[in-house]
Amino acid sequence: MTAPGATDVSPVAMDTEMFDPGAGWRLHPQVALRPEPFGALLYHFGTRKLSFLKNTVIVDVVRSLGDHGSVREALRAHGIDESAERPYVRALGTLADSHMIVPA
Amino acid sequence: MTSLLEPPTTSAPPKVGRLVDQFEKGLDAPICLTWELTYACNLSCVHCLSSSGKRDPRELSTEQCKAIIDELQRMQVFYVNIGGGEPTVRSDFWELVDYATEHQVGVKFSTNGVRIDKKVAARLAASDYVDVQISLDGATAEVNDAVRGPGSFAMAVRALENLSEAGFRDAKISVVVTRQNVDQLDEFKALADRYGATLRITRLRPSGRAVDVWDDLHPTHEQQRQLYDWLVAHGEGVLTGDSFFHLSAFGGEGGGSLPGLNLCGAGRVVCLIDPVGDVYACPFAIHENFHAGNILTDGGFASVWKNSELFRELREPQSAGACASCNFFDACRGGCMAAKFFTGLPMDGPDPECVQGYGQSALEAERTVPQSSVDHSRTGKRAERRTPAAPVPLTLLTKPPAKFCDENPLAGL
Repeated sequence: MTAPGATDVSPVAMDTEMFDPGAGWRLHPQVALRPEPFGALLYHFGTRKLSFLKNTVIVDVVRSLGDHGSVREALRAHGIDESAERPYVRALGTLADSHMIVPA
Repeated sequence: MTSLLEPPTTSAPPKVGRLVDQFEKGLDAPICLTWELTYACNLSCVHCLSSSGKRDPRELSTEQCKAIIDELQRMQVFYVNIGGGEPTVRSDFWELVDYATEHQVGVKFSTNGVRIDKKVAARLAASDYVDVQISLDGATAEVNDAVRGPGSFAMAVRALENLSEAGFRDAKISVVVTRQNVDQLDEFKALADRYGATLRITRLRPSGRAVDVWDDLHPTHEQQRQLYDWLVAHGEGVLTGDSFFHLSAFGGEGGGSLPGLNLCGAGRVVCLIDPVGDVYACPFAIHENFHAGNILTDGGFASVWKNSELFRELREPQSAGACASCNFFDACRGGCMAAKFFTGLPMDGPDPECVQGYGQSALEAERTVPQSSVDHSRTGKRAERRTPAAPVPLTLLTKPPAKFCDENPLAGL
């Protein structure tokens, strides 16, 4: 047979949809999150996309999104104040673009 | 693939470094793995990476396969690439596919198309969790059948037609790039477009039966360049299984990497489970030297993955050896372990297809190509394997052949 794949992962398409950190978001029900020493792996069973979370803080934020009314609330609960939130909001925006997280 | 949130500049959590370094140390579980369900195959492709043909009487039972799926679910292995042999000739194939997807283990399976009739295509179209890869090694019957056997092109195209008619979206056409088909990349892409499929191209490794034909089939140096340029121009919508990372050095120092994971994932983020439960470092390394253990006799898959001596070694920092002084080492990281091994080159030297040309000179030196230690070919005579035989009409097997490696996969039925 021909080789079945190693890790066929394709780049996640970015679209221009606005990501609103003032709104509530949660993990897509078809997404599995696997903790790793460096952060976590996310796999979307629907789109077959793989993503990596490269630090443990963002992992905790993503996991807790569903428990908070908004993304900002989740960030504050993990000690990330306004001055520090930019990279996190950007990362979550990327997750939203790839449908790893969806509006709650 | 996206890696999200490089450590932020303010209130940064502890730095974890580059992902590729993390992966080189190995993960607690594979991201995905290849699982060859059977060595039985109706075809006898000259470059078969698993030297398939005859069914192995020790093949894992349905229950044993389900127990492995349970374990993969516990380890959160996201999906399995099922292959063989021709996996769809197992009578419990669909049962296992359903069992896996019901247990959060996604399935991608490779087939030559033999069982993808209209009924099966309709069934596949109804599932959200199964990906299908149809193997095709020529965009024309002439080129394909010379490698995969008479009638195999028509069989694969029929399967693609059936899938497309049934409304199955985004099948994959899986192509091993060879000297003979590298000029057909645009045609493959057109074929994929015609059936609403995605093209997937991978590297020919000298593994399995390909050890005998690699010299004649592997792309020339000029063709490697052509392939790299094609990937740079068209790579966006094309999957590669990250198999061409050895070409990254074409991009020059410190850049030009192809998208994807540019490292050898063997025993670190991927591995292979064979039809009898043997675990190997990667699908291209079915040889005793890369055997990590057996799921049945070594305490299950997780135990093999975590404790295998071989895997522990692979997760240690590897010596760059003869490549240490090469400015391009960071781009190709020494290339493919299996490609080196099965061409008889040292493991700490250049890949046989090193784009700097160091592989070519190594190939010209004296070397011994290793004998395959696992072979299920229908003909044991190596010379005869260079011409693919006509397809063998396999019926669904419900019990293993009566004795080990019976000549005919249908023996005992």
